[in-house]
Formats: sequence, C-alpha cells, structure tokens
Amino acid sequence: MPRKYETPLLDELEKGPFPSFVTEIKKAAARNDMAADELGQLEKSYRERRGYWKHGGIVGVRGYGGGVIGRYSSLPEEFPSVANFHTIRINSVSGFFYTSKILKEMCDLWDKYGSGLTNMHGSTGDLILLGTSTENLEPIFAEFSSRGWDLGGSGSALRTPSCCIGPARCEWSNIDTLDINYNLTQEWQDEMHRPAFPYKFKFKTAGCAVDCIASIARADCSIIGTWKGTIAVNQDEVATYAKNGMNIKEEIVDMCPSGCMSYDGKELKINDEDCIRCMHCIAKMTKALKATGEKGATILIGSKAPFVIGSTLSWVIIPFIKMEPPYDEFKDLIRKMWEFWDEHGKNRERIGELIIRKGMREFLEFIGVEPQPQQIKEPRRDPFFFWTEADLQK
Amino acid sequence: MALPQRRTDIGPPHYKDFLPPVMLKNYGDWKHHEILNPGLMVHVANSGDKVWSIRVATPRLLSTDTIREFADLAEKYCGGYLRWTTRNNVEFLVSEEKNIEPLWKELVEKNHMMGGIGNRISNIVHTQGWIHCHSAATDASGIVKALMDDLADYFTTRETPNKVKLAVACCTNMCGAVHCSDIAIVAIHRKIPKIDHDKVKNMCEVPSTIASCPTGAISPDPARKSIKVNDEKCMYCGNCFTVCPPMDIADPEFDGVAIVAGGKVSNLRSNPKFSKLVIPYIKNNPPRWPEVTEAVRLILDAYIAGAKKHERVGEWIERIGWEKFFKVTDLPFTFQHIDDFTIARETFRTAATFKW
Ligand code: HEM
Ligand code: HEM
Ligand code: HEM
Ligand code: HEM
Ligand code: SF4
Ligand code: SF4
Ligand code: SF4
Ligand code: SF4
Repeated sequence: MPRKYETPLLDELEKGPFPSFVTEIKKAAARNDMAADELGQLEKSYRERRGYWKHGGIVGVRGYGGGVIGRYSSLPEEFPSVANFHTIRINSVSGFFYTSKILKEMCDLWDKYGSGLTNMHGSTGDLILLGTSTENLEPIFAEFSSRGWDLGGSGSALRTPSCCIGPARCEWSNIDTLDINYNLTQEWQDEMHRPAFPYKFKFKTAGCAVDCIASIARADCSIIGTWKGTIAVNQDEVATYAKNGMNIKEEIVDMCPSGCMSYDGKELKINDEDCIRCMHCIAKMTKALKATGEKGATILIGSKAPFVIGSTLSWVIIPFIKMEPPYDEFKDLIRKMWEFWDEHGKNRERIGELIIRKGMREFLEFIGVEPQPQQIKEPRRDPFFFWTEADLQK
Repeated sequence: MALPQRRTDIGPPHYKDFLPPVMLKNYGDWKHHEILNPGLMVHVANSGDKVWSIRVATPRLLSTDTIREFADLAEKYCGGYLRWTTRNNVEFLVSEEKNIEPLWKELVEKNHMMGGIGNRISNIVHTQGWIHCHSAATDASGIVKALMDDLADYFTTRETPNKVKLAVACCTNMCGAVHCSDIAIVAIHRKIPKIDHDKVKNMCEVPSTIASCPTGAISPDPARKSIKVNDEKCMYCGNCFTVCPPMDIADPEFDGVAIVAGGKVSNLRSNPKFSKLVIPYIKNNPPRWPEVTEAVRLILDAYIAGAKKHERVGEWIERIGWEKFFKVTDLPFTFQHIDDFTIARETFRTAATFKW
C-alpha cells in the first residue's frame, strides 16, 4: 500500500470548476508509491513555500545522450520513493494525434514502470512521463521502442520538433506542417539523440501567419507557411457576412495593417501587391477569402527565452522557400547553419545569439543567402560599417 | 520477465496512422470552419465531409486513469480518435453528427469543462514548478488552477474582444515561452544564492560552477576553498544551483511572481510582440495565490472595458499608450519597470508626445 499523506493545502486546489492536478496526483497516489511521495513532497512545498528537487547525476538509456531528465528529491529520507524521479520525454506524433488503443497501451506500461503521472504535453511538445526510478529506465525504453515510440531530445541537441494541426484540419495551411515535422524528425534522429550542438535547437512549423504553435517565439528555426499570389474574394460570401451583421469597414478594412483593402458596401477589393499576408481578413471571413498562388514558407531564425542576452523573436532569413518533399533545399540550408554554429558557437550559445554576436553578414555569407530588405524592419542608422576588399572592387 | 527487443532512432510513429478517416480523406482540402459554441467547432471539406471537434480542458498533468477515461470516450463516440492541443486541451474528433450530443452529455456528467474556442480565454500554458523542477520559484500548476477557477466563465461561455492567452512560468528560464502572452505570470527569485561553503568543497566543481553563471557573477574564493557571488551582477537565475546544489536559490520569504502583459505571437493585424512588465512582484501565497488572481482580473477587466473588437491586449495597450494603461489600471509604476537590461535604450521615450 502506498504511503498516505495529509494534504490540507493541496486539498484546497481540488475545489472549483477547473479540472484539478491534485485530483490527478491523488488518483495515481492511491495505488503507486512514487505518486504518493510526489504528493507528500508537494504538500511540503506548499507548506514551506519552496521546491525540493535537485538536478545532479547523469542518467539515461544506453546509446542515447538525452531524452531523460535526471531529477532527485533533496529529501530522500523523507520521501524515499521519489529519491530519484526522472522524466522521460517521448517524441509525440505530429499534431498530437492519438488513438484510444495506443493511449491505453501507454498507460498500461507507465503504470507498470513509472508513477502513472504524465504531462500532456511538455512545452516543447514531448509526451512527458513524469517520474520513475533509475533502474526502470532501460525496461521502459525497451517496452516503448519495441512498440514504435522513441525518445525526444534534451540537452545540447535537436529538441523534439512540433507543428500546428495544418492540413489535417485547417483550411489556411500553406504547407504540409505534419509531414515537414515528421520528415525533419526522422532525418535528424542522431542530432536529437546524441547531443553534439553548442546548445539546444528547436524547429516549429506553422501553416500560416496565425502561428498556432507559437513558432516565432520559441523556436530557433521557425517555419511559417505563406503564399505569393492573390487573395481570392467570393463576393457573395462577403455579402452574407455583411448581412449577418459584420461591419466590414470597421472590422476588416480599417484593421488591415497595410491599408490595402477597400469596401464600398457592395464589393470588397484587395490590392494584393501591398498585402503583407497577416491573415486577419482571411481569419475573420474564412468563407469569403482564400489565399491562392504559389505556396511555401518564410524561414525565421533565432527566438529564445530571456537568458542570457534578453528574449528574442525569430527574424526573417529566407523570405520564401518552396517546402516540398524531400525538402532538400531546406535541409541543405539548415546543415549550413549548423556548420556555422558548430564552427563559431560558444558552449551554451544559441544560434540566434551567435548571429547577433557575429553579425548577419557573416552568417548570410556563410549560408549563401543574399541580403534582402525583407530580412529587416529598417536599415542601420549609423554610418559605421565595414567594407571588405571585395566590396571595394565592386 | 524478458523485455522486448529495444529499437533505436526510429523516431515517432507516422501521424497518418492516427488521423480519423475523414481527416485522412480530406487532408489539405478543407474549405472553412465554424465555431458552433465555445467548446464545439465544425470543419467542412471541399468534398462536403465534416468533422466536429469538442474541446475539453485538462490540467496538463494527467494520471493514467484520466487518460483511459478519455480513451474510452473516444472509443465510444469517435472511433477512438482524439488529439491534444498546444494549450493542453483535449479535442475529441467526431465524424458522425449523431455522436456529438451523447458525447457532450457524458462529458458534462463526468464534470469536464468544454470551451476555449473563439474569442475567449483558452487553457493556460505552463511549466513544472514545485511538482518537478529544481529551479522553481513558485508552483505553476497551483496558480493555473486558481486562475482558471476564477476565469472559468471566460473558458466556457463569456467573450473577450479577442483571444486572451495566459501563461505561467515557474522561473525566468520560462520553459513555457511566456514572453509573448497576453497576460503571463513569471516566477522570480529576488536574492542571490545562499552558499553552504562546507558543502561546496565536496559537492561542486569550481570551474563548471563559475562557467554556469550567465552574467559572470561567480568567482573563486580561495581563502575558503569555495566560491563567491557578486551581488551587483547576479540576476537570480538559478543556473548555478543546477550545477552546484549547495548554492540554494529558493527562498520562501522573498520568492514570488511578476506579471507581464501585452505579448502576442500571431501576425494578425500587428506584428508579434513581447509581453512587458506590469507588476514586478507579488509574494507567493499558496495554495490559491489570491493576490495573483486579483491582479489578472484587474488587467483583464481593464482590457475588456477599453479594447475595440478584435484588439488583443497588446494592441489595445499600444493604441492607448503605456502611460494610459498605468492610469486606467491604477497599477503603481516603479524603478523595476524601467528597463536596464540589454535593450534598455530602445524602450526610452524619444519624443515629447505622451498622455497625462
Ligand atoms: C545525462 C545527464 C543530464 C541530463 C539528461 C540533463 C538534462 C537537462 C535538461 C533537460 C535541462 C533542461 C534545460 C534544457 O532544456 O536544456 C538541463 C538543464 C541544465 N543542466 Fe543538465 N542534464 C544532465 C546533466 C547535467 C550536468 C552533469 C550538468 C552540470 C555539470 C548539468 C547542468 C545543467 C545546467 C546548468 C542546466 C540549466 C540549463 C540550461 O541553460 O539549459 N546538467 N539539463
Ligand atoms: C535557458 C533557458 C532554459 C533553461 C535553463 C531550462 C531549464 C529547464 C529545466 C531544468 C527543466 C526540467 C524541469 C523538470 O524537472 O521537468 C526544463 C524543462 C522543460 N523545458 Fe526548459 N529551460 C529553458 C528554456 C526552455 C524553453 C525556452 C522551452 C520551450 C520553449 C523549454 C521547454 C522545456 C520543456 C518542454 C520542459 C519539460 C517540462 C515542461 O513541460 O515544462 N525550456 N527546462
Ligand atoms: C478566427 C480566428 C481564429 C481561428 C478560426 C483559429 C483557429 C484555430 C484552430 C482551428 C486551432 C486549433 C489548431 C490546433 O489545435 O492546432 C487554433 C489553435 C490556436 N490558435 Fe487559432 N484561430 C484563430 C485566431 C487565432 C489568433 C488570433 C491567435 C493568436 C494570436 C491564434 C493562435 C492560436 C494558438 C496559439 C492555438 C493553439 C491553441 C490551442 O491549442 O488551444 N489563433 N486556432
Ligand atoms: C559620422 C557620422 C556623422 C557625422 C560626420 C555627422 C555630422 C554632422 C554635422 C556636420 C552636423 C551639423 C552640425 C551643425 O553645424 O549644426 C550634424 C548635425 C546633426 N546630426 Fe550628425 N553626423 C553624423 C552622424 C549622426 C547620426 C548617426 C545621427 C543620429 C542618429 C546624427 C544626428 C544629427 C542631428 C540630430 C543633427 C542636428 C541636425 C539639425 O540641427 O538639423 N548625426 N551632424
Ligand atoms: S498556424 Fe495557420 S495553418 Fe496552422 S493551424 Fe493555425 S491557422 Fe491553421
Ligand atoms: S492578409 Fe492582412 S494585410 Fe493582407 S489584405 Fe488581409 S488584412 Fe490586409
Ligand atoms: S520555467 Fe524554470 S522552474 Fe519552471 S520548469 Fe522551466 S526551468 Fe524549471
Ligand atoms: S543565480 Fe544565476 S546570475 Fe546569480 S550567481 Fe547563480 S548563475 Fe549567476
């Protein structure tokens, strides 16, 4: 029988309409020693207002340099079943799709070898098996991998790529986000499982500028679907939106950031040459407007959380690239970028930080991309620029 | 018992094995979608086929019991097909219209919360906190639960001018990418690590501890055979504690959370933007952090009162100006609000135009 703990503080978090994580831990704690001690330690954290976990100690599975995050209780005598309580990152399926059969199979395995607790999902997109002991790592890996699952990334490696639901259900997707995500993950298994980068690297793929996967804010490489062409307007559907109460001038035309739309009460016109493809009008009038023409993606590089140089959003490197299998042009570009990073990056320097340190010119020249006004918001303001010998000869 | 043969570098399963037949058939050929109610939308394909999605909130942390319950429901009503969203919701993918009502009914009976679609508050993206992370300055799950209880109506029924995306990160590493959310809570330590010099000798490698500090605040302390921290350089990130456990960064008295607002990631209308500091510190007050829920309410109410239709929190604030934001919310403006980090000068007002 698992140990039982009094949890007066956590019990407060079982009240209220929103589903409770405390209830979830308690369900597992009723039959699982690790979950029980997790609950006990968490109550202590609530009482003492501090965490009791340590990093420390390398753990993993044979042949892999990542995918398991070592975690140890700093109170092992008090909570022996979580003395070591490691996280396993399972590489999720593109778009987070599951079948009931596969979920039940996973649950059976995880009840047998772990705490019975999960995170669906970690913020990078792995299915997180939340906590097990060191000796269970190899058995879990054997069980999962024999059933077609593999570990995600951790440490200074390619992290588990993720993507929006894209063509599986969304009418706005300009690229096959799920396939790109699957293809890149399969291509770079070694880069994921055996950390050899200066630091972590993340891909996120969104089908359009709505960016449901937040790629621009949290991926070293953000792939965002876009188009070169026109927005086809179905004037009958426009009329229906108007009839149903939409104020097309205020809600659509006036909110268009490039001021390229007009509406005279009958006809909605778009000056496609000036459209910046922000998706606002399409998102609000999905039945009336459709992007047409050549489809592809904008490639942006560099977003990361604040340490060490401050947060960054990804910025444009390749304004437009076709994204069709086997994605060779894209992959070659990425390999060049990694080569640059490998050559110049310091330990624990993200690729975006490196580009800022070295300058865009060096990076662009290395990967063979021409300077283009689409890469910047505005040109430099100072007159302090360098000329190479080659520039002087031009 | 013998284990099955392990396999390596096989990558994830192929997604097409998990798509419901209707999504496979109409893959990349969708025409439009409609939000039928806050927890239900229908996608219509060019072929005329339809798929309905019912969105259900989860706390992200799930026991195998609850996952099995979801799996059973999916089996009963959706041919076994379901998915998770990036904001920790479950979506049941219904192919037959007649199954919507009974599934919805059973979800209600089992006390699930449906909603989050459209212009309202969806689930909160968040990180590990005291549940599993060593750097945590607060517990993310507890704050999320308290916030979502308070804002439940905005998930299930009530509307906001546009989507309001909330996030909680339990330390400044911000695993959850909270730095571009409409309103986000980020936990902070406020005191430099307390060094247990006796233990440092045995447990820590001095060069790697020094190297772990992003600001170069750690230097050797030869007299004590230990290390010291320069309190003018330390920004309380906790990286050193990761490498060297006797450098305890957690502090029950002084840890707490900051609130940032006005970020967005989509390109719709205005460009993606960072969230900015609005409240520098609120003390940890578990189990329900009432001061935090109150502060989020205050910002949310001001937004709902002031924003035009379709404006996100950040777009509203930029239109009225930050000085006006502090006026309408009556939040105190402090030295902490003025940037002195890497992009400080970009944030100073280089014009004589502002509101009183
Ligand atoms: C197999 C062993 C290890 C694993 C699996 C592991 C895994 C991790 C993971 C997953 C993170 C989260 C940060 C991230 O997402 O990159 C992390 C952070 C960190 N780890 Fe480890 N770690 C291991 C060993 C070590 C060791 C031996 C050290 C120090 C000598 C260390 C120092 C750190 C530091 C300083 C951080 C904070 C991180 C950062 O900036 O990413 N880790 N580790
Ligand atoms: C320098 C920055 C960062 C550091 C030092 C860091 C450190 C860590 C550590 C120590 C953990 C382990 C928590 C545990 O015990 O499970 C962790 C978990 C995690 N981190 Fe980070 N992290 C950083 C940035 C990020 C960012 C920007 C993301 C995502 C965009 C991210 C995604 C994750 C994910 C998905 C987990 C698993 C736990 C969860 O789902 O919250 N990390 N990180
Ligand atoms: C009418 C407007 C919109 C529609 C019809 C719409 C549609 C959708 C759909 C179908 C999903 C589910 C996709 C998935 O599960 O992967 C989704 C999720 C998402 N959308 Fe939108 N979207 C709209 C506006 C926005 C806006 C304005 C933003 C951000 C500024 C946004 C950001 C997101 C994000 C981050 C998700 C993931 C959230 C989750 O998984 O719960 N969307 N949206
Ligand atoms: C090497 C670079 C630069 C040189 C040689 C230069 C030279 C000059 C000269 C000769 C004047 C006229 C002074 C006078 O007689 O009133 C001037 C004025 C000025 N410069 Fe520069 N400048 C440089 C860079 C800049 C930069 C980078 C900025 C701002 C970003 C700047 C801003 C100004 C302003 C605001 C004035 C006053 C303009 C006015 O009175 O209308 N200068 N500069
Ligand atoms: S990012 Fe665009 S294509 Fe992808 S799900 Fe969101 S709206 Fe659809
Ligand atoms: S996509 Fe954006 S920029 Fe283009 S017409 Fe529509 S609202 Fe204007
Ligand atoms: S945000 Fe900080 S405390 Fe929370 S999981 Fe990430 S590293 Fe750990
Ligand atoms: S808390 Fe961070 S900034 Fe402070 S000494 Fe440790 S590593 Fe350096």
